[in-house]
Amino acid sequence: MTATTTDASALAPARAPRGGNRAFRWLRANLFSSITSSVVTLVLFAVLAKALVSFARWGIWDAVWRTPANDSSACRAARGLGACWAVIPEKYRFIFFGTYPFDQQWRPALAVLIFIALYYLTTRPSWWGRSLIYLWAGALTAIGVLMWGGVPGLPFVTQERWGGLPVTLILATFGLALGFPLGIFVALGRRSKLPAIRSLCVLYVELIRGVPLISLLFMASVMFPLFMPEGFNIDKLLRAQIAIILFAGAYLAEVVRGGLQAVPRGQAEAADALGLSYWEKNRLIILPQAIRHVIAPLVNTFIAFFKDTSLVLIIGIFDLLTTAKTAIIDPAWQQFSVEVYLFVAVIYFAFCFAMSRYSKYLEAQGRRTGR
Amino acid sequence: MTTATPTPSRRKRPGFTLRGLNVASLVWQVVVIAIAVAIVAWLWSNTVHNLSARRISTGFAFLGREAGMPIADTLLPYNPRDTYLWAFIVGIVNTLRVAVIGIVLATIFGTMVGISRLSANWLLSRLAAVYVEVLRDIPLLLQLLFWYVLMQGLPAARGAFNPVAGVFLSNRGLILPWVPIGMPQLWVIAAVVLGLIVFHVLRKGLIARQMLDGKPRRAWPWGLLLIVALPALVSWALRVSWTVTMPELRGFNFVGGLTLSPEYFALLIALVTYTSAFIAEIVRSGIQAVPKGQWDAAVGLGLRRSFVLRHIILPQALRVIVPPLTSQYLNLTKNSSLAVAIGYQDIVSIANTTLNQTGQAIEAIALIMLVFLTISLSISLLMNWYNARIALVER
Repeated sequence: MTATTTDASALAPARAPRGGNRAFRWLRANLFSSITSSVVTLVLFAVLAKALVSFARWGIWDAVWRTPANDSSACRAARGLGACWAVIPEKYRFIFFGTYPFDQQWRPALAVLIFIALYYLTTRPSWWGRSLIYLWAGALTAIGVLMWGGVPGLPFVTQERWGGLPVTLILATFGLALGFPLGIFVALGRRSKLPAIRSLCVLYVELIRGVPLISLLFMASVMFPLFMPEGFNIDKLLRAQIAIILFAGAYLAEVVRGGLQAVPRGQAEAADALGLSYWEKNRLIILPQAIRHVIAPLVNTFIAFFKDTSLVLIIGIFDLLTTAKTAIIDPAWQQFSVEVYLFVAVIYFAFCFAMSRYSKYLEAQGRRTGR
Repeated sequence: MTTATPTPSRRKRPGFTLRGLNVASLVWQVVVIAIAVAIVAWLWSNTVHNLSARRISTGFAFLGREAGMPIADTLLPYNPRDTYLWAFIVGIVNTLRVAVIGIVLATIFGTMVGISRLSANWLLSRLAAVYVEVLRDIPLLLQLLFWYVLMQGLPAARGAFNPVAGVFLSNRGLILPWVPIGMPQLWVIAAVVLGLIVFHVLRKGLIARQMLDGKPRRAWPWGLLLIVALPALVSWALRVSWTVTMPELRGFNFVGGLTLSPEYFALLIALVTYTSAFIAEIVRSGIQAVPKGQWDAAVGLGLRRSFVLRHIILPQALRVIVPPLTSQYLNLTKNSSLAVAIGYQDIVSIANTTLNQTGQAIEAIALIMLVFLTISLSISLLMNWYNARIALVER
């Protein structure tokens, strides 16, 4: 609710110079402008106050914040009255990192920090360009080394033991990092003059977009072993990752295609007139303009993917949501799943909210520069 | 799927045939097609080999076998001795049951939230904004699990919440008063539908005549006659009883009324709240896309506010709203497949059980995909038709 105060203070100076009158006028204009509006305000205020008070009682006053290790008796006593936040300190290592070897958990923690730094730098326009590609290559390599290990000083950890937040971030980041180029190629292919390539791309995009992600994940987990030659098998996480890349590629292709359609024809004609080849034309002239047009919808698609990675729960991959769900299988803490889900929801929300703010900021900036 | 077949564009570009003969582009296409065919052939041969090695028979013969799986919550009559085919049909109906009701509720609720966001009342618009922002930024699956856990945490049938007489909320789900629908009731409903169709045609005719001579004609008496009086007459003639059955607690469970299972109810709440947040944004931007001058001009002409909203603002806003709304409807339908996570037996869940029982992975997944492709295509065809109807007619 920080936005509320900024809104009020932004409006106020322009209105009236006097102090008490100002607040009164603001209330009058925004909450009690008519009889209906006043009734709505009062009803909402009453409902909101009641909800907030009962939530505060449950979540703060009557909540159990700490218990002795692995002892949920205090929580059981408060059940129905207050929240049991003590389940979080009890289980947070498992929720964040799954079954990664306990003494090595600084490695996934560091990987998460690298991911966050990578996202932050990617949003800085000063990094946009060739250096961004090197940055991503370097960061992803570092994360791979950290997670797998196998180099001196870092014992090897198999993929089966990865879990929690790093897995969610890996699925989302690799899904986008590889799905985006795929999407660009498919979008170009869909606008290609060559009928065979165009039909293939249309088929791919419409087929993937017409079915739920779950069916692709089932395919990856159940059908993929049937597709491969006998004896050849790859890790479940990698199979899910491939499904997510293919899924992301189809959706991103449609976003990029929207951008391509927004580039005036004259640009392509001018590039042709200069004698540029097809790839030069697209790389230097068309794509930079097209992608700039669709940055905001791209970020919205990224948010959707970040959330959709949670679907791997259904095929039993240990991402953040699965570790949360598994953490409360423990009979002592089974009854406190609401608290754990709220905790995980806050983590997801933090990532998605940051991205959605960024998308709003880009949209506003695009409007200002008239793009 | 291949609606965008290349034939029409070929006619548009006269230079195509010349360039089409271009050796480079021909080679490109041949190479791409060859690679695609090679990949498919390779996967196919692997699959055939693997299936024979594992002694899994292919084909849809298993659909005729006895399913033997229990399905708790069904609209159609079902028992475990029925065939897999029937189980699949029951699953499809379960998917449609949640998708159709979900789309209707999400549209109503999303529109309300979207309009609230534009309200002059600061508290209302802020609350709507918080609602949208929070629900959009949390994965649907997490929300679904959350609602389901809340459902399971509700008191047992004996201690059920009873906010209004006849409505019970317990860990058995939501129980509502209900009118049992049998054959006589269906006749009356058919009369209502018939009345609606006739009224629609009649109204169009009246409007067409008004266009000719400019005289306004009242349509509502006809509407009253066709939609209310006619079904009432049918109901009276057939002596149809409309007794509402109130659910009652007997022993440990409820008798009578309509029961929405906790799985169905949790799925419905999750889908409706999640999708309504997206629909709210679509409605808001659609209304904002109508220039303010349209309001001013219409009010300046002395038209009533309700008339302005219905005949001037909404038609223009709908043009912006309908295409993204369509994709939200598709999303809701596809998202209903998350039911498998909480054990609501929709098509995905039943196909998954079938897959585990019979090992027919390819067939089961192909069926899921076929069902969703069909639903997706039908929704987009329907919405495209609607969109074409309301599209701007330019000179």
